[in-house]
Amino acid sequence: MDTLATSLTSDAKASPHQDATDHGVAEEHNDVRMFGLATFLVADGMTFAGFFAAYLTFRAVNPLPSGSNYELELVLPTINTALLIISSLTFHRAGRALLTSRIHDCRLWLGVSAALGIAFLVGQMVEYFHLPFGLTENLFASTFYALTGFHGLHVTLGVICILVVLFQVGPNGKVSAIKPFGLEAAELYWHFVDGIWVVLYGLLYLL
Amino acid sequence: MTIASPQDLAVPQPPSGQLQPQGWLRYFSFSLDHKVIGLQYIVTSFLFYLIGGALAGVIRTELVSPMSDFVSRETYNEVLTLHGTIMIFLWIVPVVNGGFGNYLIPFYVGARDMAFPRLNAVAFWMIPPAGLLLIASHFITGSAQSGWTAYPPLSLTTPAMAQVVWIISVLLLGGSSIFGAINFIATVMKMRRPGLKLMQLPMYCWAMLGTSILAVLSTPVLAGTLLLLSFDIVAHTGFFNPTLGGNVVVYQHLFWFYSHPAVYIMVLPAFGLVSEILPVHARKPLFGYSTMVYSIMAIVFLGLIVWAHHMFTSGTPPWMRLFFTIATAFIAVPTGIKFFNWLATLWGGKIALNSAMLFACAFIVNFVFGGITGVALAQVPFDIHVHDTYFVVGHFHYIVYGGTVFVIFSAIYHWYPKFTGKMLDETLGKIHFALTFIGFNLCFAPQHWLGLNGMPRRVAEYDPMFTTLNQLSSVGALLMALSTLPFLINVIRSFSHGAVAGDNPWNALTPEWLTTSPPPVENWKGEAPLVAHPYGYGQLPSAGLPVDQATGQDVWTGS
Repeated sequence: MDTLATSLTSDAKASPHQDATDHGVAEEHNDVRMFGLATFLVADGMTFAGFFAAYLTFRAVNPLPSGSNYELELVLPTINTALLIISSLTFHRAGRALLTSRIHDCRLWLGVSAALGIAFLVGQMVEYFHLPFGLTENLFASTFYALTGFHGLHVTLGVICILVVLFQVGPNGKVSAIKPFGLEAAELYWHFVDGIWVVLYGLLYLL
Repeated sequence: MTIASPQDLAVPQPPSGQLQPQGWLRYFSFSLDHKVIGLQYIVTSFLFYLIGGALAGVIRTELVSPMSDFVSRETYNEVLTLHGTIMIFLWIVPVVNGGFGNYLIPFYVGARDMAFPRLNAVAFWMIPPAGLLLIASHFITGSAQSGWTAYPPLSLTTPAMAQVVWIISVLLLGGSSIFGAINFIATVMKMRRPGLKLMQLPMYCWAMLGTSILAVLSTPVLAGTLLLLSFDIVAHTGFFNPTLGGNVVVYQHLFWFYSHPAVYIMVLPAFGLVSEILPVHARKPLFGYSTMVYSIMAIVFLGLIVWAHHMFTSGTPPWMRLFFTIATAFIAVPTGIKFFNWLATLWGGKIALNSAMLFACAFIVNFVFGGITGVALAQVPFDIHVHDTYFVVGHFHYIVYGGTVFVIFSAIYHWYPKFTGKMLDETLGKIHFALTFIGFNLCFAPQHWLGLNGMPRRVAEYDPMFTTLNQLSSVGALLMALSTLPFLINVIRSFSHGAVAGDNPWNALTPEWLTTSPPPVENWKGEAPLVAHPYGYGQLPSAGLPVDQATGQDVWTGS
């Protein structure tokens, strides 16, 4: 966008009010967008905070009837947690690679991150199918599926974002060392989704 | 991102501004201009206000007599649900946030547009479909019957389809509100003209910043809650269903975690607007600028921790009652600071009693009354007595109608010259004001007495001992309905026949007046002005001039 912006500058000087179609978009700088995304993630985090609060209140106030089925197994979710944490690290490597213009490395690390994300989703599917309770079994079951499902939706969206960025990265692509917004935004979002998972894992599985 | 490629620039082209519809057509387009979007919000939500008002008319007509004879009980439930939902989510929240916010904030920060114009347009265009969905549901499935709060188990037992449509509609409107809030925060924090300090911003910017923080923090919680509620309805989970082991009080906590801040989302922008209007028409600087800022931020913080005062009768434990009573009493302090600052702004001012000022002053009166009943309601013993009675209805309407809607009208009289370049007619404006003020107080003041004597809210029938006061209240509602007519005639007729306003009919100092009326596409022909003293009345030579503000004949002579 920087090269385009410079070529537009002379035009803009000649008639500053011509760019009504791209009205104001030229002022949408990257740091403003990252700020906007961060604000959105605060909002998104509040949705999870509401769910967590509901879950903890249910736990404290509404004990399940005795004999209820709410046992979770720990191995698969723990592996899943590790996968997500590793994927945050690989995504970080991708970002570093982009800033130093190592496009090939960047694509590689993005691919690894996406693969880890997909592995996480597959793992969660496997867990869902092997759990002894369904959505409406009891209050814990409903809360469990709602929370992990809502988070899984976020992971799915994150994987799609990574794949889109993967195809956009290139020396002259939409995402490159001089305009890294797409990758940085996806990375911030991915770290956010991972962070939420760590809290969720602690609350649902360990607590 | 559709920036023209360099080759395109080489070819002679018509001014690219024409690619977006110009003239009146742009108000029906996906325009990215914050001024167009602002007016889209204002006009759209005003149309919904008319619908919500008609529904209020149905309610008040039904309540003329103790028996439910005008509409059936189910219809009455639908009408009161739609009335509440439309008025809150489609009228007040969009108009004071999206409407005036989008129009004014870029001017106030010295920007040519909002931080994210495209997101801005998306946020607006979520509103008409959501509103139409909500209203159309009435004709397709019958509309929701559980009130604007949608408390389970009521919302689980009333017709399911209608409730689901209601949830979808509110989710869309909530999304729109969040997107708008992100835009306002980014614009105020990141788009300020170089050299413009935070503490030099007009007060409305602070109000919108505070409001947007509340919207970002609390609206998502409502969204999550409604998702869970829709699971309960559609998938028969038991989050809020006691028969399946769920907990209805959790819904109430989550709901009020949004819906108490929502009161501030509705009233804080009104505080900001009135802080803009009073200094101009009193020709005095806004009293206590920094205390205003701090009290807004205090309201934001306290507004997030008072929600359970809506739930004193929901089996709330004593410690919680104590905490929320104290927190709620505390919130009266920053609100009181703002109230006295407005009075001090008026004190000794050269007050022009035009329509804008009349509505703004009436706001102060109404809001104080509603605020005092609010503090009373925060006291547990009193609240238990009047909970779910018409006292609460009266209190709420004093805040939201007497507070916010009066400010909306005041703001329309104040900024209409900027929107259109034409003045509104003062005679019609004063008729509008008189009818609204008398009608409003006649409608809602008796409801306090009704509530104190035990008339429950949300019920189509009542004890015959309440008949006279209910009829009085309905007469007030009729006056309010009639008051819309001079207003509508005024805004439509003045658009073509109004006196020419000029750029700055009020000799105001805030930046939106330092450009043409209506302003050009990118707000200023030249560079954005740096307004370091938006309330410098009495400090600049122009402010001492005699000003006939009602006709706007004076010419701007300021620097």
